Order: sequence, then structure tokens, then C-alpha cells
Amino acid sequence: MSPIRTARHGLTLAWRSMTKLRHSPDQLLDVIMFPIVLVLVFVFLFGNAVAGSTHAYLQYVLPGIAVQALMFASLGIGLGLNTDLRNGIFDRFRSLPIARSAPLIGYILGDVVKFLLSLVLVFALGAIVGFRTRGSALAILAACLLIMVFAFAVSWVTALLGLLAKSPAAVTAFSFVLIMPLTFGSSVFVPTGRLPGWLQAWVKINPVTDVSNAARGLMLSLPLGGAAAASLLWALGIVVVFAPLATWAYRRQQG
Amino acid sequence: MDPHSHAIYTEGLVKRYGKTTALAGLDLAVPPGMVQGVLGPNGAGKTTLVRILATLLRPDAGRAQVGGFDVARQPDKVRNLIGLTGQFAAVDEDLTGRENLLLIARLLELSRRAARRRADELLERFGLAEAGGRLAKTYSGGMRRRLDLAMGLVGEPRVLFLDEPTTGLDPRSRGDVWDMIRDLVAAGTTVLLTTQDLDEADRLASRIAVIDRGRLIDSGTPAELKAKVGGQSLDVRPAEPGQLAKVGAIVAEAAGSTGVPNERDGVISAALAPGVSGTEALAAVSHRLGQAGIDVTELALRLASLDEVFLTLTGGKE
Repeated sequence: MSPIRTARHGLTLAWRSMTKLRHSPDQLLDVIMFPIVLVLVFVFLFGNAVAGSTHAYLQYVLPGIAVQALMFASLGIGLGLNTDLRNGIFDRFRSLPIARSAPLIGYILGDVVKFLLSLVLVFALGAIVGFRTRGSALAILAACLLIMVFAFAVSWVTALLGLLAKSPAAVTAFSFVLIMPLTFGSSVFVPTGRLPGWLQAWVKINPVTDVSNAARGLMLSLPLGGAAAASLLWALGIVVVFAPLATWAYRRQQG
Repeated sequence: MDPHSHAIYTEGLVKRYGKTTALAGLDLAVPPGMVQGVLGPNGAGKTTLVRILATLLRPDAGRAQVGGFDVARQPDKVRNLIGLTGQFAAVDEDLTGRENLLLIARLLELSRRAARRRADELLERFGLAEAGGRLAKTYSGGMRRRLDLAMGLVGEPRVLFLDEPTTGLDPRSRGDVWDMIRDLVAAGTTVLLTTQDLDEADRLASRIAVIDRGRLIDSGTPAELKAKVGGQSLDVRPAEPGQLAKVGAIVAEAAGSTGVPNERDGVISAALAPGVSGTEALAAVSHRLGQAGIDVTELALRLASLDEVFLTLTGGKE
């Protein structure tokens, strides 16, 4: 299969993802609502207690909320794969003379759009309630890219779940078990130094801590330490482990 | 036998899932332009056979060809020829009917304009023109199945696999699907139809292969299969259901059968014993019924039904 034809098939399947999103934007809303509610709850309910003022806390928490939002958005590919596998659509694609990788390309391109929309929504809402970035345009772009790169790495994990799980509900359940401790047990909501010692140990090795520290550093012009490099290394590591596993599971579906 | 002259050809096809053997050396040859029925109980290997022929599954041994191309070695050539309609309707529920068709047409690399034309044409043909703009999840079971069938036809396949296409449909939608299948075959398409519905196989298939436990047990035209099992049977429906027992005794005697005759939905049915002439049995029954003053609404001599063939061939399972 020539690369041009593969790309054409992939684009057609990305059109499918977009069309579905247009028909039921609520599937995106599910992903977005959770972080939005979090922004409101954490900033206005706990902001004073945690950071002394809601405004100060908003500056701290919003970049991390964006990371969390994309963690949840990365569920999309797992759910999409699983739904297509279970209801027979995938078999229909496989009985057509199209590239084997075209469905994957379709999901991935669809996810780019979902990730971008999620970021825009979180930061737009943040700006409305008072988030102000101090970073340069380039730094903001770098922060967004970094979050997206990490989310794509996590997509391989949810893709693997989607390929192995018995039902979409199982994908959601497994992913929450995975995403909850990763996002809440990180520096997204509370600075690492203020956590009890046993939790600090986990938070420090948690990649989401690195990604949110890096995003925060870039957007607020704070010293990065090694956070950005650590995030990229984590993303690379996750891809190195999970991309082959997901590819293996994908091939296995081919009979 | 030259495999290239067949639309579908399999030889010694084997597929195992762990310890279970789904196909145990299946041979099948289907000439082009007809409906080949594949009949068998649950777990007989029907779906496995379709999945191998549709390039979704690799056989463990043996070979399978569609349109002269090997399914394992030249899957893309095969995929260019085939259409597939699954056991459960594989449509994208979050797209409209029209978008489902456009998706397949675009994946088959029709131009934008050609894809739109093809989608509209198929919507029209399958009675979905008005519903084309609605999401598929709002469709009834029958509409969904028609859309599924239409999606299988976008590429004008030469060989169409229909895996239990009318399971769960109401009688009217079933009739619609049957009509569409007949039209396709009239236009030269070869159809491989798996079904558990004997009536469906009898009505549509020009040839039927009966498979059980992954093997071909018998094949032939529906009439040949019925004749092979041999029996004729005598059916009588008394006007008064209260007379079933009396009629049963008369029919059994005339048919020369030793067992108790079957009674189903108010019809007494007895297989003729070997050597009993159909004409004489029929005359005897009508004479005895007249003597006893019993009125009947049905009185018939017929070949064994495919149901009876099926039960005889598969050893009464199911």
C-alpha cells in the first residue's frame, strides 16, 4: 500500500472522527466538563485554604488542569478502538482494500483535534476567571506542545486497553483507575513540598508531576529545573514500551 | 476441479481456537452467479468460514480462494472483490445513514462526486432515502440491516458474504432483504449465505451445504437434499382440534408408521414407512376420514422439509 493511499484512507477515517464529534459534541464535553468543574471547585472552594487566595491558586493550578484534561481526552482512542472492535465496524474496515494502519491514523488525527479543543477550552475558561500567563508566546506554545506530546504517549496505553478490554465500559473503568492516581497523586493541585512524606515519594516519581511542573514553569516563567526534559523522557519511555504492545494487540485482532 | 472457475473454493480448510476445532477440513466449491446456502447449527463453523473467506482470519491449514485469489496470500485482491454483511449490523451508529455509505465509498477511493452519487443511489434502492440524513442509532432493526447490506454493496462486489442477514428481523423486513438478495444474484453477484433459518435457505439458495462440527456433511440443491433424506410425509389438519387423536391414529395406520405421529400447530404429520406408496396412503386416509365423518381443512402428501433433512443429517442436534 503506497504512503499516499495510506494517508488518503487515514484522512477519510479522520473525517469520520470529526463528523461524529460534530454530531455529538457531548462526547467532547464529557472530557472537558470534568476539568472545568475542577477548576471551579478547586479555585473557588479550596483556593483560599491551599494558596491563601483564589487568584494565586488559579495561577498555580490551571496548567495542571490542562494536563489532566488531556489525560482524560487520551481515553478517546481506547474507547474508539474498543467500540469499533466490539460492534463489527472494525471487521468491515478490514474487509476493505485499505491500509492496515489507516484506522489508527484516523483515530490519532481525530485526537489531535480533540486535544487542541480541550486545551483551548481550559485556557479560555481560565482566562475568564482570571488566569494570566507570564510566559512568551513561544513558551505558551511549548507548554501546549509538551502537554500534547505527553497525552499522545498516554494514548498508546489507552489504545492497548481498548484493544484488550471486553467492553467500552471496561476501558473507562481501567483508565480511571490509571488516570486518577496519576493526576490527583501529582503536583497538579498541591505543591509537592506541602504533601506528607509517603505521598511525596509517589508524587516525585509520577510523570504527571513533571509534565504539570513543566507546563506551569513555561506559562508562568518560572525556573523549569529538569521538568521539561523529564516529561519528554517519560513520553519517550511510555511510547517505547506501549507502542509495540499496542501494535502487537492490534495485529492480533487481524486474526 | 479447476479452482479458478469457482467464485469460492476451499480445500481442507482447518481453523482451531485453542482446543476447539472450528473447521475440520472443509471443502466447498461455489460456481459464480448463485446463492450458496451454508446451513448448520450454532458452533458448526459457519461464521469462521465467512471470516476466513473475507480475509479477517487466517486458516491454520488448507486453502481458500475467492474469485481465483488466495485469501491468505492475496488478501488485497480478494478485498477488492468482496462485500461483507455481518451477523450484527456493523454500521457506525454515530453517523447518518448517508455518511456511513460515504465513508465506505471514500475508503474505496471513489471521487467525492462519485461517492455522493453512489450513496444516494443505494439509499434510494434500499428505501432509506428519507432516513439518509438521520443518525443510524435512530434506525429500526430492519433499516439498520438494510443500511448494513447497502454498505456491503458500495464497491459493487462480485462475491457477497451474508452472515445470518435476517436474524432478529420481523417477517416483512426479512422479505425485503430476501428480495434484495434475489435482485443481486439476478445481476450476477455470487452470494454466500449462512443461516440457521431453513425456510430462508430453501427460498433463496440454489445450492445448500450442510456443515456440522466444522465439516461438510452434505450438499446439493434444496430438492436434492430433501429427496436424499428420502421420506415423503402425510399431513392432515382436522377442522375440529378435538379430533386430533382420532386423526392421528388414522394417519399413522395409512402411513404404515409404527411410532406416534407428530402434532404441530394442529397438523398431524407422519412419515411414510418404506415401501408404502404415497398415492395409496393418501387414498386410504381420505377414505377412512370420510368413513369416520371427520372434516379436514388440509390434507397433503409432501417431501420431507429442510427441517427434517437438517435434523437427520446433523444427528438431531438442536
